[in-house]
Amino acid sequence: MQRVVITGQGTVNALGKNVSQTLEAFKNGTCGISDLDFRDVDRLSIKIGGQVKGYAPEAEFNRQQNVLYDRFTQFTLLAAKEAVAQSGLTFAGELAAKSGVVLGTAGGGVTTWDENYRTVYEEGKNRVHPFVVPKLMNNAAASHVSMTHNLKGPSFTVATACASSNHAMGQAFQFIRSGMAKVMLTGGSESMLCFGGVKAWEGLRVMSKDACRPFSANRNGMVQGEGAGVFVFEEYEHAKARGAEILAEVIGFSMTSDAADIVMPSKKGAARAIAGAMKDAGINPEQVDYINAHGTGTTANDKTECAAVADALGQHANDVMISSTKSMHGHLIGGTGAVELLACIMALREGVIAPTIGYEEPDPECALDIVPNVARQAKADVVLSNAFAFGGLNAVLALKRA
Amino acid sequence: MSVSVEEQVIAIIAEQAVLEPSDIKLTASLDDLGIDSMGLVESIFAIEEAFDIQVPFNANEPEESDFDITSVASIVKAVKALILEQKPI
Repeated sequence: MQRVVITGQGTVNALGKNVSQTLEAFKNGTCGISDLDFRDVDRLSIKIGGQVKGYAPEAEFNRQQNVLYDRFTQFTLLAAKEAVAQSGLTFAGELAAKSGVVLGTAGGGVTTWDENYRTVYEEGKNRVHPFVVPKLMNNAAASHVSMTHNLKGPSFTVATACASSNHAMGQAFQFIRSGMAKVMLTGGSESMLCFGGVKAWEGLRVMSKDACRPFSANRNGMVQGEGAGVFVFEEYEHAKARGAEILAEVIGFSMTSDAADIVMPSKKGAARAIAGAMKDAGINPEQVDYINAHGTGTTANDKTECAAVADALGQHANDVMISSTKSMHGHLIGGTGAVELLACIMALREGVIAPTIGYEEPDPECALDIVPNVARQAKADVVLSNAFAFGGLNAVLALKRA
Repeated sequence: MSVSVEEQVIAIIAEQAVLEPSDIKLTASLDDLGIDSMGLVESIFAIEEAFDIQVPFNANEPEESDFDITSVASIVKAVKALILEQKPI
């Protein structure tokens, strides 16, 4: 089995247009959730989100690119550019053939669907732009990353709702670990902050109208975010041989299915995924210093997740730090695990644990050390990142300090 | 409304070719202008929008279409014919 390390990271999200801005926000406990700004927002009852503001696609991409790139693809390409630049890699010849891209997204080009449904239904037009399909397809982002960076190995898109990014990164990890690939770009993105996207979520009645307060007794739902996170996963010897800076090592991954309910989470399924990731990594619960929680801020997730952590870690659950950065960037759905991995790497590299902000009242059902409201200086050698999706699909990653 | 059909078609093609309209020769083919199949379908969409007409064109068999795309001049001619046919005055 090959060892797998991370040699590049990139992001665009409500907290920042790159990694350094995002980490700064994590350290300061900044909230990136604000009033949503898009057409017909007045017809929504949910009017807040972790929206990427002050972003102009024309400043980043030319006209020909923008007619082909949905917002979720744009975010992905910007994040990938940052990650690849940091890694210092260029892909050609044999390396290009052994490198690929696996990304997560739940909805793909939701804004493109939304705008074109308006055209044909609301405006009654019978003609749409010729690139609607290549723009909205879920694999558009992965394909454009492969084209932009000349990645000719295994590439595809994973869609497992809120666990998409973790499933994608787990696949990338396994490809390199097994020797099938040398380098994988991986992570995920989401951009469903448009009228139709938020309206659909409203229907489920799990959204908060005022804030995302994970683990707080007065939490009242999730808040949606948008953006992308992309990482360069690289085979350890390859990275070492070229003297690359290693940000962290990926040491384990596990995925389980609840096989129970299409929306309600299961403690057992989540606990099996957490335990599975530790087993795959060859670590004991006592070695885990920090868990980046799924922590959506819904009643159901947060108490189930805390119970699952207690199950999987036993006594050590009382000592482990666990925080939800969704309180700051919102829930990026299919892209969320990727942006949250930034907090995991920050913990390992810098010894700073990102806080769970918006925490107001203790909940006896969430009685863990959730690093409330302010970031904490604490050494972390091993971390886990949880993602539990609608449909009962769970994916947990384990990382180690480089 | 004094802009001619020819000027409008040239403007659409120029945008796709990333050229100034003055650089578009009527004798040029789309190939000469560096417009690929994606640029072609986008041009056809823009023509349909600009003139509110339906252009009979299937990207699978461009040579079988009634819409002659041999040159800028042939496109202008075809657009004029479609306007007459679909929007009789």
